[in-house]
Amino acid sequence: MAFEQYDTGGYYDEMFAAPAAPRPGCALLAERLGTLGPDELARRQLASERALLDLGITFNVYGDAHGAEKIFPFDVIPRIVEAAEWATIERGLKQRIRALNLFIDDVYNAGRILNDRVVPRELVLGAASYLTPCAGLQPPRGVWCHIVGTDLVRDRDGRFYVLEDNLRCPSGVSYVLENRKIMKRTFPKVFEASRVHAVDEYPSRLLETLRRIAPRGVKEPNVVLLTPGIHNSAYFEHSFLAQQMGIELVEGCDLQVRGGFVGMRTTKGWLRVDVIYRRIDDTFLDPLEFRPDSTLGVPGLMDAYRRGNVALANAPGNGIADDKVIYAYVPQIISYYLGEDPILPNVETYICADDQQREHVLANLEHLVVKAANESGGYGMLVGPHATPDEHARFRDLVRANPRNYIAQPMLGLSRVPTLVGDQLEGRHVDLRPYVLSSDDVYVLPGGLTRVALKKGSCVVNSSQGGGSKDTWVLRA
Amino acid sequence: MLSRVADAVFWMSRYIERAESVARFVDVSLQLSLDRPEADAAQWSALVAAAGDDEAFRALHGEATREAVLAFLTFDAAHPSSIVSCLRHARENARSVREIISSEMWEELNKSYLMVGDAARAPMDEPHAFYASVKRASATFVGLMHITMTHGEAWHFGRLGRLLERADTATRILDVKSFLLTPATATQDESQWAALLRSASALEMYRKRHGAIEPSRVVDFLMLEREFPRSVLHCLGKSVQSLHAIAGTPFGASSSEAERALGRLHAQFEYERTSDLLAYGLHAYIDDFQQKLNAVGVAIGDTFFAPAIAADVQPLAEQQQQQQQ
Repeated sequence: MAFEQYDTGGYYDEMFAAPAAPRPGCALLAERLGTLGPDELARRQLASERALLDLGITFNVYGDAHGAEKIFPFDVIPRIVEAAEWATIERGLKQRIRALNLFIDDVYNAGRILNDRVVPRELVLGAASYLTPCAGLQPPRGVWCHIVGTDLVRDRDGRFYVLEDNLRCPSGVSYVLENRKIMKRTFPKVFEASRVHAVDEYPSRLLETLRRIAPRGVKEPNVVLLTPGIHNSAYFEHSFLAQQMGIELVEGCDLQVRGGFVGMRTTKGWLRVDVIYRRIDDTFLDPLEFRPDSTLGVPGLMDAYRRGNVALANAPGNGIADDKVIYAYVPQIISYYLGEDPILPNVETYICADDQQREHVLANLEHLVVKAANESGGYGMLVGPHATPDEHARFRDLVRANPRNYIAQPMLGLSRVPTLVGDQLEGRHVDLRPYVLSSDDVYVLPGGLTRVALKKGSCVVNSSQGGGSKDTWVLRA
Repeated sequence: MLSRVADAVFWMSRYIERAESVARFVDVSLQLSLDRPEADAAQWSALVAAAGDDEAFRALHGEATREAVLAFLTFDAAHPSSIVSCLRHARENARSVREIISSEMWEELNKSYLMVGDAARAPMDEPHAFYASVKRASATFVGLMHITMTHGEAWHFGRLGRLLERADTATRILDVKSFLLTPATATQDESQWAALLRSASALEMYRKRHGAIEPSRVVDFLMLEREFPRSVLHCLGKSVQSLHAIAGTPFGASSSEAERALGRLHAQFEYERTSDLLAYGLHAYIDDFQQKLNAVGVAIGDTFFAPAIAADVQPLAEQQQQQQQ
């Protein structure tokens, strides 16, 4: 397959510095791809899709009566990140998570940053993601965000920017591990020669993180993963991680609180649970304190948590720090707590709650991307340059009606990676989600989920909107 | 282990065993109908009866023709005991305990499910090959379970489910032929009994044990042959072992209603004689057995499994599961 025809289209291309001129870390891969015929590449693509289907690495498609499962589309051409670039990302993420963690602890306790007016108090206390029942919580070792998946993008200037902080229940890491298995089968020689960081230690690191937050005095903690159940789109991941860590996968109905302790119903009776890696949303955790209609949670869980009898990862309440409005303040948050400049920059963000910024947004809607503060998965979003005048008008009304709920950002030119389309390689836009674990120290998995917008020209990488994934090769120094 | 998990592993195994039984039934009937096309209709309706689905079938299809029975027992997704439904249920259960079973087991089951789905969409040119592959998939699954999964509590729940299902199947096969064993019908067509043995994969082993085919010995072999893995006695014996391993009680002792119910049933078979059984009447005996076996199933559920979520909460739960990010 020759790359003479490949067009970088004026974007930053992750593989080619210029047409037919691969970047240094990608030379081996480009050379290997050059020797494969289009049929051969298509065959490898098919084989990898078949393997994913046989392994049952699928997500549920909502609204399908038969509960159809689809594989998360996977592209065989990997995305390569060179060692020096990765070193910056790693330092930047560690810095950011440390600061966000201090921020959450502060806003639910002393509120220094609010008293010092670095972040407006009304923005924090008025956010839907600010959970009053969490005020005064003191999670073990002061860690709130144990498991984070930060979304990064690279703009035309070649720099990485933080697009979103996912501090609640970030998903996708199972695809990182499974994609890697498939890639090692697909391109074994190039993989070996490229000196790629392994990713398979993630489950052990995660288990270690979870064990460290066990309540005081518990030597051999019983750690469980709490899933919403098999109808959840990320169920595969929940079961995969539980299996890899060798811990129980539980549903809310399996857990029961007795005398301020959480236990699970087993064939031999009630057995105490010490640490819960929960993959259900905050407001579903405990019907006694949050949504009373939750069928997924455990009555009394928050009380047991407050007493320190069980640990939760992530801590409830984290959503306040990945609120899209608070996002705009993260650079200030970093310098406030750490006295450092941010290593990874934010994307320029207009806050619609601010009169002047809102007027700018309303006047320039067709050039901007508008996002609702509390949505994810590519929902509640307007991509101005690709939207119709009707959609512009609808968002103008939405923003005016509830300015606190919206932010706007300039349209980025996301970087691209060659992607197999039919029997051609074409550039497609990607983002990058690295995974970060924190307990006593912060660990960044050397790899991550590269999500790719498979539709030509599209920049929306979410799986619910036609996105797929690629393996991410972080090269060793 | 979690009660919900025990429940799911038990039913996963039961459904796989059931899919295999159906494949076995259908395959034997197909073979038989090639030899004796004239007896076709009786043959196919007997098959539906053995699967215990008479009424549902008649309501849907009326006359039992080969095509209708094959479609009903194999691919009818609305029929709960068709092969495709059994594998779907097995897979749903497996999916909810994927972290408990081995990846090899999951992958095998998932592949079988996809294979049957593919077959349902294409015309069936080689039915024998298809049913053979369903049987082989089940055998592979059982083998993988044996060699890749720790023989701990979950494994025993799986084995228990499989063996109870298998004991149930053995008696169903016999029951269909029980009317042939009345004194009025002394001389019998050997090929029917051979087919019966074959549908329990028992013909060769029976020949080794007894040689000539004789109805009362066939009954003895399928009900009381200690060493044959599909006989009722064998299945009950191993079930008792698994239940003791699960409950942690020594052999001979019991700590729950489940152990008592199963222990009683096992003892009955342990000391039974074929002549007494036939004197009681095969059909009546089997009827009685199936009621007791059901009671064992209920007792196992009450003792070990979690209370089921109320049906009216189910849709809300499903909706909330989907809402989570």
